[in-house]
Amino acid sequence: MKYVDEFRDPDRARALTLEIHRLVERIDRTRGGLERPLQIMEVCGGHTHSIFRYGIHQMLPPEVEFVHGPGCPVCVLPMGRVDDCVALAERPEVIFTTFGDAMRVPGSRTSLLKAKADGADVRMVYSPLDALAIARATPHREVIFFGLGFETTMPSTAMTVLQAHAGHIENFSLFCNHITIIPTLKAILDSADLRLDGFLGPGHVSMVIGTRVYRFIAEQYRRPITVAGFEPLDVLHSVFMVLRQIAEGRCEVENQYARIVPEDGNAQALSAIQQVFEPREFFEWRGLGSIEHSGVRIRDTFAAFDAERKFPVANLQFSDPQACQCGEVLKGVIKPHQCKVFGTACTPDRPLGALMVSSEGACAAHYRYARIDTSALTGRAAVRPGSAPAALRAQA
Amino acid sequence: MCLGIPGQIIGIHDAVNNLALVEVSGVRRLINIAFIVDEALPPAACVGDWVLVHVGFAMSRLDEAEAMHTLALLRELGEMDEAGELGDLRNATDTFSATGSTP
Amino acid sequence: MNDRINKLRDVTINLGHGGGGRAMRDLIEDVFVAAFDNPALAALEDQAVFPLAELARHGDRLAFTTDSYVVDPLFFPGGDIGTLAVSGTVNDLAMAGAKPLFLSCGMVIEEGLAVDTLRRITASMQRVAIEAGVLIVTGDTKVVERGSADKLFINTAGIGIVPEGVNISARRAQVGDAVIVNGFLGDHGVSILIARQQLALQADIASDCGPLGSLVATMLDACNDIHCMRDATRGGMATVLNEFAISSDVAIHIQETAIPVRDEVKGACEILGLDPLYLANEGKLIALVPARCAQRLLAAMHGHPAGTHAAIIGEVVAQPAGIVILKTEFGGRRIVDMLVGEQLPRIC
Repeated sequence: MKYVDEFRDPDRARALTLEIHRLVERIDRTRGGLERPLQIMEVCGGHTHSIFRYGIHQMLPPEVEFVHGPGCPVCVLPMGRVDDCVALAERPEVIFTTFGDAMRVPGSRTSLLKAKADGADVRMVYSPLDALAIARATPHREVIFFGLGFETTMPSTAMTVLQAHAGHIENFSLFCNHITIIPTLKAILDSADLRLDGFLGPGHVSMVIGTRVYRFIAEQYRRPITVAGFEPLDVLHSVFMVLRQIAEGRCEVENQYARIVPEDGNAQALSAIQQVFEPREFFEWRGLGSIEHSGVRIRDTFAAFDAERKFPVANLQFSDPQACQCGEVLKGVIKPHQCKVFGTACTPDRPLGALMVSSEGACAAHYRYARIDTSALTGRAAVRPGSAPAALRAQA
Repeated sequence: MCLGIPGQIIGIHDAVNNLALVEVSGVRRLINIAFIVDEALPPAACVGDWVLVHVGFAMSRLDEAEAMHTLALLRELGEMDEAGELGDLRNATDTFSATGSTP
Repeated sequence: MNDRINKLRDVTINLGHGGGGRAMRDLIEDVFVAAFDNPALAALEDQAVFPLAELARHGDRLAFTTDSYVVDPLFFPGGDIGTLAVSGTVNDLAMAGAKPLFLSCGMVIEEGLAVDTLRRITASMQRVAIEAGVLIVTGDTKVVERGSADKLFINTAGIGIVPEGVNISARRAQVGDAVIVNGFLGDHGVSILIARQQLALQADIASDCGPLGSLVATMLDACNDIHCMRDATRGGMATVLNEFAISSDVAIHIQETAIPVRDEVKGACEILGLDPLYLANEGKLIALVPARCAQRLLAAMHGHPAGTHAAIIGEVVAQPAGIVILKTEFGGRRIVDMLVGEQLPRIC
């Protein structure tokens, strides 16, 4: 696959890994020793997935650690909003359309997948345009599209609403759960218990919003940030670039993913977002609580396409089970395997919290791909505390 | 939210509605190219271009020059190393045993 | 020839065809007996009976299996529910090293199904049965009300005979065994996804569905000590490898670069965010064999049409027991876990 395979080249990986080792040594020397590992946060769920899927975290020296950020919009869906989805889907006139990964997220009593098994008309789509096509094909049914994601996906949803409007489609609406990245990053940076040395910026969000918007991270918060692509070489290269900034004492916004990310973002995409959406004052994140201005809602102009205005939506709030430590993992304060219920009460099979639900959630990715330390394969495996493969096999 | 893959536009299906046929490794799909066209670059001019495909939309044109530039940078980083050290690292990281039965 | 053949004039199946009376007899004779064409079935007894001595010619143990087929859509590139129904059960027998001999065929038909659809499917079943060297010797037909079944469900049970000395079991993996797959993974899973049309993808991918009995016979000739063997159906190769690792209490290491996957399947997986290791196959087996046989076995498989792209993809080691580990194309390592629920396309 062109423009993909080249960025998975293992030979380039070895060279980069060596350079990363050299940089870490240099930083270590400059600082007269490192008290704790250098912590780089990858914001995006897609990066978390890449890291675990390719085993990139094992390739780094022990002095560099990834901290998995909250950039997984499926994981941070509040339970109350999932309940609202299910309630909408259970209406007999409704065809509820959604992306695949959202179907498994548990609400306070059930998930969309289970509701589908119980008879709700829930249909998986690849694109919001497919949902609009269903609306056109079934004029006697109400089609609702479950819109979620950061700015990456917002333009697509916005464009779909614009098309519905232009086409006078009366039986299509959007249940909007889109969230924005900048307030999220600010909330993380303002977090008292966090010690981050740099960021891997979200590559695909940035192709929409550009890279200039991250300047505040470098200038106000004095942390280097490299906007990163998603292939394993992109991730490693970006880690190298962040470490190089640290070694050279720089705090800048760098763009490793320049082949896709323009500095100014995408004007047409931003325009579509502007036309259809406006900020919500508060939006709740599962595991993190409410973050100001982190959500968007549909403008009054397009109220006819707002499922929240068309249908009754309870919008109740639920707290996670007491044992759940998702909030701490999301902020990077603890690692997935350090959560007390990781791999025991909370598994992908029976998730307690948000991060075990979607395969990009830090805990799910860690559990599925890395719950056993595979970096030293001779002799006995080092099993991470909190995971118990033998007991889990008995469960399966 | 992040899942996007480079694909090549192989034809325009409906220029008025910005629908193009994109191909990823032999798999084809109609996608909406509204975000990557404008007056200077109309749909017809996009055939052959590489784009980033996400949920049925082309979200960005792939800048082939930048791609080559990034690959060149990575190549340079590799050449900075002398054979010896890279060889050591290769041996150290390769604990996958070779019984002769794996390629 | 029975004077009832060619008496079925109905265009669609109705409840009467399952009622036990003349309409049902016409259906059975005109569609099933005509298609499956063998003396045992044509006798129209309630059971098929075979002398044990006949069976014992082929080996010393009876293998017996059953499977139900509920695929949607009924027809897809590379096959249909009929080809699956025969191949799938034949393959379950073949995975024990058994020579497949006889199949039963139970059908649950939703009223309103076109008779022509049924004829096409039974014709497919017979084609695969002939290819696999099996006879469909007994069956059952039920018709249910609209909405009680999704067009057509088929159950096939099969018997076969395991030759003396052949001992294949998920518990027999040994450290040092080579892991062999007979060809490209994921073709069936992706072709079904595409055929369902919800995702609006087009690609030249056809299901790999087909009987593996003949390939297995070739394999047993080349290596008389195959330890483990299973076909990688629902849940894909990852599921089979995990089953072996857990049953035999060993670890399995595989190399991503050695696993054969077609470019188009890779492309579809990249677009949808799927992992080919978990995709269903209907003509692929995974075998664990002693290292000393591996190359000879591979060569023999390459000479067989169902094994032209066979590859050694990994090996069995001791630790960490019960776990499957993949060395990625990038060089790092990760676990290949058991599938949780169904694999769904993702956006993240």
